[in-house]
Amino acid sequence: MTPADSGQPLGDAGVAVEDSPPADASEQQRQIAQAGAPELIADSVGEYARIWFLRLRGGESGALPVVLGLIAIVIFFQVENSKFLSPTNLVNLIVLAAAIILLGMAEVFVLLLGEIDLSVGFNGIIGGVITLWAAYTLPWWIAVLLGLAASAFIGFVQGIITTGLGLPSFVVTLAGLLGLNGLLIILVQHTGHGAGGSISNPSNIIFDLTAGSLSPLAGWIVLVVLVVLAGVFMILKDRRRLASGLVAPPLGVTLLKIGVMAAAGIVVVLIGNANRGLGLVTLKGVPWVVPVVLGVLLLYTVLTSRTRFGRYLYAIGGNAEAARRAGVNLMRVRTLAFTLCGLTAAMGGIMLASQLDSLGSDLNGGQYVLFAVAAAVIGGTNLFGGRGKMIHALLGGLVVATIDSGLSIIGLSAAATDIVTAIVLLAAVTIDKLARRNRPAS
Amino acid sequence: MVAAGAADGARPGSSGRAPSGTSSAGTGPGADAGRPLLRLRALGKNFGPVQALAQVSLDIPAGQVTALVGDNGAGKSTLIKTIAGIWEPSSGELIWQGRPVRLHGPADAAGLGIATVYQDLALADNLDIVQNMMLGREKLRYGLLDETSMELTAKQTLADLRVTTVRNIRQPVGSLSGGQRQSVAVAKAVMADARLVIMDEPTAALGVTQTELVLSLIERLAGRGHAVLLVSHNLNEVFRVADRLAVLYLGRLAAAGPAAEFDTQSVVELMTTGASARVGENGKVSEPASARGQGREG
Repeated sequence: MTPADSGQPLGDAGVAVEDSPPADASEQQRQIAQAGAPELIADSVGEYARIWFLRLRGGESGALPVVLGLIAIVIFFQVENSKFLSPTNLVNLIVLAAAIILLGMAEVFVLLLGEIDLSVGFNGIIGGVITLWAAYTLPWWIAVLLGLAASAFIGFVQGIITTGLGLPSFVVTLAGLLGLNGLLIILVQHTGHGAGGSISNPSNIIFDLTAGSLSPLAGWIVLVVLVVLAGVFMILKDRRRLASGLVAPPLGVTLLKIGVMAAAGIVVVLIGNANRGLGLVTLKGVPWVVPVVLGVLLLYTVLTSRTRFGRYLYAIGGNAEAARRAGVNLMRVRTLAFTLCGLTAAMGGIMLASQLDSLGSDLNGGQYVLFAVAAAVIGGTNLFGGRGKMIHALLGGLVVATIDSGLSIIGLSAAATDIVTAIVLLAAVTIDKLARRNRPAS
Repeated sequence: MVAAGAADGARPGSSGRAPSGTSSAGTGPGADAGRPLLRLRALGKNFGPVQALAQVSLDIPAGQVTALVGDNGAGKSTLIKTIAGIWEPSSGELIWQGRPVRLHGPADAAGLGIATVYQDLALADNLDIVQNMMLGREKLRYGLLDETSMELTAKQTLADLRVTTVRNIRQPVGSLSGGQRQSVAVAKAVMADARLVIMDEPTAALGVTQTELVLSLIERLAGRGHAVLLVSHNLNEVFRVADRLAVLYLGRLAAAGPAAEFDTQSVVELMTTGASARVGENGKVSEPASARGQGREG
C-alpha cells in the first residue's frame, strides 16, 4: 500500500450513521420517562401526573411496587385473620419492624457504594450487649453512646481493611460475621450479668424505647410540628428555585405531598392512640420507636441527599473512577460509610435489646443480616451501587416485619416465615428487573 | 520543511482564530497572546529501556486548537498523560506561561488549569447533569448542598458553550447520547477554570450528528480563549477544527505547524513514515508529488 492510498481509509473513517438523534413521539416520551424528577420539568399538576406515569412505564417505578405489595400483603393477612389489623398487632408489628429498618438503613450506606456488609447483624447485637453491660453502672445515655461507638469502631476497622487493602467487602465482612459471632459469645460470658448465655436489660429507659409510648396528646403535637416544618421547608425551597429562575414543582403537587405525609402520620397516631390494653388496663399512645426511627430516617435522608458525603456515596457507586478524577477521596468516603453502617447497626441492636429485654449469645446475627439486605433490596435499593434511598429500608423493613408477624398470627411456623420472605425478596427483585426492561441500558 | 524538533520555527498566534477569543476572555487565557500557553521543550519519556517519547518540542497556544495525530503506538497517549501530570517526563521540560513547571500528579496539572476530558471515565451514569458537572466542587449553603446555586452555575456554563441539545439538566447522564455525554464532560472540564483542555479521541464512538456537536464545541472552546489539545485518528475532523497540527511518529515529533501547511496526504505520509516530501520549504505543499512518497514505507 502506498502512503497515498492509506490516506483514504483514515480520511473517511468515522462516518457512521446510527447515532443521530431520534425524533419520533415515542422517543420523546422515552426521554421524558428517563428524565430527572418530574417536578423539575413539569409546571402544572396535570403535566406532572403525565410525566410521572411515563416514568412509571419507563421503569422508574420508585417506591410504588413496594407500597402496593405491602398493601396486598396486609389485605391478605387481614382476610386470613381479622385480628391482623387490630391496633395491638399493628403496634407490635411496628416495634418488630424497627430493628429490621435500622439494620436495613445501615446496609443502605454500603449498598450505595456497591459494597455489602454481612456483619451488621452481629455487629449490632454486640453494640446492644455493650450498651446493656454499660447500663448496669453508667447512665443509660452514656451506655447507648458506648454501644454506638463500639459498633462504629468495628465498622471502621472493616472499612479500613476493605478500602486500604482493596479486598472485597463481601469477604471482609463475612470474616466479620464469623469473628463477631465468636466475640459475642465471649462478651456475653464475660459481662457476668444475667444467666444462661444472655445479658438482661437493667435500664427502664432502654426498655421503654419499644415498650413505652408518647401520651396521646404528645403524639398529635409531634405530628403537627413535623408536618408544618416539612411543609414550610418544601414550600420555601420551591420559592427559592422559582426566584432563581429555575423550574419548581407546581404548588398543587407540593400541597398533595404534604397532604399524603399528614394523612400517613394521622393514621399512625390514630393506631397508636387506640386503646390496646387488656381488661381494666389502658394502654395508649404512639410507641417511642416511631419518632426515633423517623428521626434517624430524616437525619440519614439529609445526610445522603443533601451533603457532600452523600453525593459522593452515589458518585462512587455509579462510577468510582469518575469520582476519583473529580477529586473525591474514595478511601475516606468508603471508610466513613462502613463506620456509619456499624453505628446504625448498633441502633438496631439496641432496639432489639429493648424489644427482647435481654440479648443472648444464641441470637442469629446471620438471619438479621439477611433481613437487613432483604429490607433494603425489597424497598428498591440496588445491590450494585449508586441507586437507593434510606426510605427504601423503611418500606422494605415494614414488608419483612409484616410477613413475619402475619404468618405467626395465622399460625404458620418459623420455617414458613423464612420461605415466604425468600419468595417476596425474589418477587421484589423480579418486579424491579421487569420494570427496568423498558429502560435503555445505561 | 517543518522538521522534527523545529517547532520553534512556527510562530504561535500568527494565524488561527486567537484574536476572537482574547477579547471575550479578558483576564483569562488569552491575556498574554504572544506567548504560547504551554511549551514542551525536548520532552522525553522512557519506560525502562523503551523510549516512548524523545525530544518532543511543541508549542500549544491559547485560543487555538492543536491537533495531535499519529499512528497507534506513536506516543500520543504518553504525551497527553505527561502533560496531564499522570507521568513525569524522563527528560526535557514543560513551560507553562513562560515558567518551567514540574507536575507530580494530575492534581498539579489541574491546579495549573490543565483539564483532560476522558471518554468514558469522567461521568457517573446514575447522577444527573448538574451533579456530574459539580462533582468534587459542590457548593454549600448552611453546610448542606446548595442545589439551586449549583443548577444555575451548570446551566450558565452549558449556555456559554451553547450546549442546547440537552432537554433537562436534571436527567441522569446515563440517559444521554454519546455526543451529549461528551459535551457534559467538556463543560465539566471548562467549569474547573481550565486554560488547556486535552481531549482524547472525543468523537471516536460518535455518529455524524453527535460528532458535529462535539466539533463545534471544540471550536467554541478555542473561540473563548482556551487552548485545546485534540487527539484524533480522523483526519477529516482534524482539518475541520485544528489551527495547528503536530504529527508524532515513533515517539518523535515528525512535524508541527499551522494546519494550513498540511494536507491529508502529507499528514498520512508523516504518520506512516515519519517524513513527507510533500511538505515544502515554507510549509507549502509541492505540486504533483504523488509518486515521491511511494516505497518509503517501513
